[in-house]
Amino acid sequence: MNNAELNPIKDRSMVESAVVGNKGVLRAQLIDGFKRDKFIIFCFSLLLVYLLASLFAPVIAPFNPYDLSQVDILDAELPPLWEEGGDPRFLLGTDAQGRDMFSTILYGTRISLLIGVGAVLLQTLLGVAIGLTAGYFGGKVDSLLMRIADIQLSFSTLMVAIIAAAVFRAAFGEELYGELAVVILILVIGTVEWPQFARTVRASVLAEKQKEYVEAARVMGFGSSRIMWRHILPNTLSPLLVIFTLQIANAIIAEASLSFLGLGMPVSEPSLGALISSGFEYIFSESWWIAVIPGVVLVLLILVINLLGDWLRDMLNPKFYRM
Amino acid sequence: MVAFLIRRLIQAFIVMFVVSLIGFAIQSSLGDPLRELVGQSVSEQQRETLRDEMGLNDPFFTQYLRFGEKVLKGDLGTSYFFKQPALEVILNKLPATLELVFGAVMIISIFSIPLGVYTAIRPYNWVSRLVMGFSLIGISVPVFLTGILLTYLFAVELSWLPSFGRGETVVLFGSWETGYFTRDGLLHLLLPCITLASIMLPLFIRLIRAEMMEVLSLDYVKFAKSKGLSPLRIWLVHGLKNTMLPIITVGGMQIGTMVAYTIVTETIFQWPGMGFLFLEAVNRVDTPLIVAYLIVVGAIFVITNTLVDLIYGLVNPTVKLARQ
Repeated sequence: MNNAELNPIKDRSMVESAVVGNKGVLRAQLIDGFKRDKFIIFCFSLLLVYLLASLFAPVIAPFNPYDLSQVDILDAELPPLWEEGGDPRFLLGTDAQGRDMFSTILYGTRISLLIGVGAVLLQTLLGVAIGLTAGYFGGKVDSLLMRIADIQLSFSTLMVAIIAAAVFRAAFGEELYGELAVVILILVIGTVEWPQFARTVRASVLAEKQKEYVEAARVMGFGSSRIMWRHILPNTLSPLLVIFTLQIANAIIAEASLSFLGLGMPVSEPSLGALISSGFEYIFSESWWIAVIPGVVLVLLILVINLLGDWLRDMLNPKFYRM
Repeated sequence: MVAFLIRRLIQAFIVMFVVSLIGFAIQSSLGDPLRELVGQSVSEQQRETLRDEMGLNDPFFTQYLRFGEKVLKGDLGTSYFFKQPALEVILNKLPATLELVFGAVMIISIFSIPLGVYTAIRPYNWVSRLVMGFSLIGISVPVFLTGILLTYLFAVELSWLPSFGRGETVVLFGSWETGYFTRDGLLHLLLPCITLASIMLPLFIRLIRAEMMEVLSLDYVKFAKSKGLSPLRIWLVHGLKNTMLPIITVGGMQIGTMVAYTIVTETIFQWPGMGFLFLEAVNRVDTPLIVAYLIVVGAIFVITNTLVDLIYGLVNPTVKLARQ
């Protein structure tokens, strides 16, 4: 590509050593802070439980909620085990179609997390590319891209997501939309939230650009894209990590809200939001568990991610150390 | 100042142009207006002639110009379902949505300012920790879940409050139906407004706290303290005044988020407002109504954002207007 590729040893040892050193200190600080804070260890373990539960949902779940032959409508609306009338087969009761709530929640968590993480990966990709470009080149490119980001943000991401999902749904029809829902939700939520990342990356790039190692890399004749991605980007990782964590919580909330409005996952393949949505009408007939249990599972997941994100921000924020 | 004003207006104009372009693209790709008009019974040949007559075979840009001209005249098409002008249908529902937003904004202002200021003055006290803990939980509970839980608790279990609709309303100034002047209307407003406020309240408490803490660490506050002014005067007159300026700007910007969440809130409580109407329109594939909603909401966003920017530019002397 450029002459930098011909001289890899010099490049790594001289320029990128600064990066490695920085990362080492950072990691040590994080691990140290982590070991000292019991509450954060608890949050992290809880998140791990969520991740493992959704990864191994097919193994753990006693029933397959997607398999109609395992569902009996006569089992519908059974309360959880500890309530009067609970059935020992169904730990958390059953929903209006007779599906086991515990299994449905496991599969629902899996879908919610899949969409959340997928959407944020897409946001990261878009946001980092745009933010790097804006910050590195500056000038007209920068002001144009950041103006677009401002405008996009002023429209509220949920609003844009609702309208985009609504248009897709009206265009595809309910059935086809249901089949494609996971992909569409990742695309919609992933596309609308890019300004968050772009702004953060841009701000870090502006600060990093002044530093000598960038100047050194430029003098050595590296191309812009190599300097951007290989030299500047690694130094903007800590604010990115914070945003990445917090955005997963936001993406999960967005997915749940869209599903609640009927613009997300279909009832046959519910995420946590779709589960709550389908349970909503049953709270009036006292079958509270269909909506409330997945609701608690959802809130706990978001809360844990938010707490971890906040903790990361406090750890990585230099202001924090001064206090 | 004039240059800033013009630049801001040009930007507003461009945004509205893009919104109308998106609206038109949706209109021309979603559903077939001809089928809505004549049904299935017309032959293929008659269809083609009708399409020509209606200009549906014209190039995209010509059709867009025609659409734009109509929009400027306030004609956003006729709703397939209501058989009435789409703009009229939406504007009829506007008061219900505005009353909901008004109630939520009142709740947010009444609670966020004292709580934000208090937690900034006494950051390590247990009340502050409690408030901050609650605000973190508040951020983590999606709006629709807050609504469901409130409905379950207050409408189903305790049956203190109604769970849907606007209740009894009275007509004000000829056409504005309000729920604020009847007991029944106010009771119906309570749950939806709390639900809508629940998403912004924790955000604003945190924001006011952060701004206030920053202001209180500035030199002029230390100077005021050393002059011997009473702490109450420093907090409320010197501190709060400079805290509120950025807060108001952020608040104005949040109107967009607020409108988005009215869709969710109105769906939970079957509130007969614009958001509920929009979702119904999506389910019925009522394209003119979808597009009209998009354009009305787009206009609301652009107008509030432009006004907030201009007011901020006027009020805050440190904004360099020329270079923005």
